[in-house]
Amino acid sequence: MTTARPTGRWVIVISFLVAFLLAGVPLPGELQRFRPDWVTMVLIYWCMALPHRIGIGVGWSVGLLLDIGRGALLGQHALALAVVAYLTLQTYRRIRVAPLWQQAFSVLAFLLVEQILIFWISGVIGYPPRDWWYLAPAIGGMALWPLLFVILRDARRYFQVS
Amino acid sequence: MATLKPSRRIRYLFAVNPTAVLRLGLWGALSIILMTVDHRYQTLDDMRDVLSTMVYPLHYLVRLPTDASNWLSENLANRDALLEENSRLREKQVFLNVQLQRLTVLEAENRRLRSLLESAVNTPERVLIAELLAVDFDPYRHHILLNRGRRHGVYVGQPVLDQHGVIGQIIRADPLTATAILITDPNHALPIQINRTGVRTLALGTGDFQKLELPHIPNNEDVKVGDLLVTSGMGGRFPRGYPVGTVTTVEFDPGSPFAHIIAKPVAQLDRIREVMLLESEPPTLKPEPGSAVATVQAP
Repeated sequence: MTTARPTGRWVIVISFLVAFLLAGVPLPGELQRFRPDWVTMVLIYWCMALPHRIGIGVGWSVGLLLDIGRGALLGQHALALAVVAYLTLQTYRRIRVAPLWQQAFSVLAFLLVEQILIFWISGVIGYPPRDWWYLAPAIGGMALWPLLFVILRDARRYFQVS
Repeated sequence: MATLKPSRRIRYLFAVNPTAVLRLGLWGALSIILMTVDHRYQTLDDMRDVLSTMVYPLHYLVRLPTDASNWLSENLANRDALLEENSRLREKQVFLNVQLQRLTVLEAENRRLRSLLESAVNTPERVLIAELLAVDFDPYRHHILLNRGRRHGVYVGQPVLDQHGVIGQIIRADPLTATAILITDPNHALPIQINRTGVRTLALGTGDFQKLELPHIPNNEDVKVGDLLVTSGMGGRFPRGYPVGTVTTVEFDPGSPFAHIIAKPVAQLDRIREVMLLESEPPTLKPEPGSAVATVQAP
């Protein structure tokens, strides 16, 4: 496996593209508050599945694209996603063997770290969060993690990404 | 891995990747530098221009499904529905034309009276139509991305309206796109006056699409539920007299000097699709201090 050339780069690229796309789709009413951070979740998945290929640098670059797409401060999402990638890289061996619903709790922790980092930076530049709803996307992300995991795992196996 | 002894296997599970710490430190430092520079100085604007042009196709890709479904529903609409819509629109056009006739007379009269009073009128010259590309889903920042940029003549501070009223203003103009801040953003304040009484105040954003806050109105002021708020033209950004919102609640608290007044924007800020950019006059108030000096010395 180590001697084989990395394959299926386009699967990874397309999964990130779809995540960007999903992040822009409007949701009805109250569900909007729980909109999961698709890009972060896809990043966590690939860090867990292919830790030798996807890591902190990829997380940082994807985060920078998010910053530009959302018009946020340059480096805000980049820092948060780099930290999430780091946490996943240090713990993927333990998380990967756990059942899906237990994985979801680890993912919740990562997503909370990400949200808190992003809103902490927003607070520093003068946009402090007004209530606790800003943590809601992490809960939405936890709820949808098993679904995302199964879809991405099947895609990875089908296209033999390694 | 199956060949590992149990103790080795546990050690494998808890192994720490030493270079990851180093890499996190490097990338983290880079992003902190980037954030500081982006926040404090304007030097990264060129880089942002380049990068925003690079992500531009991505925004179109995101819109593709909705665009395609709109295209399909327009093309597959049956003939009767189209005919009906056509006649309805024609009726509406006649109605609007009649109103417009009255408006032209009124406008001419207004201009004559104002010239008698020797006061300035700023009538908007041109309107640019822009489409929404993306919405900032950060719940505390009401920013939208539009598909018109500096190439099309968009400038920072340009007022943004929809068919009902004021939406916001441009805060960043990239080559092909522009970012607008909505009037409901917590960091936005809009100089307004109450149309019925002429009382001037500000409309502050609250972070809620349905709410604007009106501070500094004394308890004894005449404000009623349903009063229309229009732009007052103070501050020089927005031309006078565009509808902003209607007053929804008025609460008088005897303990505080000011009334607690909440208004609802007339524009439907959470379902914007197309907006109008008003080109009132060339921007006289430029953010950079160097240019002001230059224009004074030029003539």
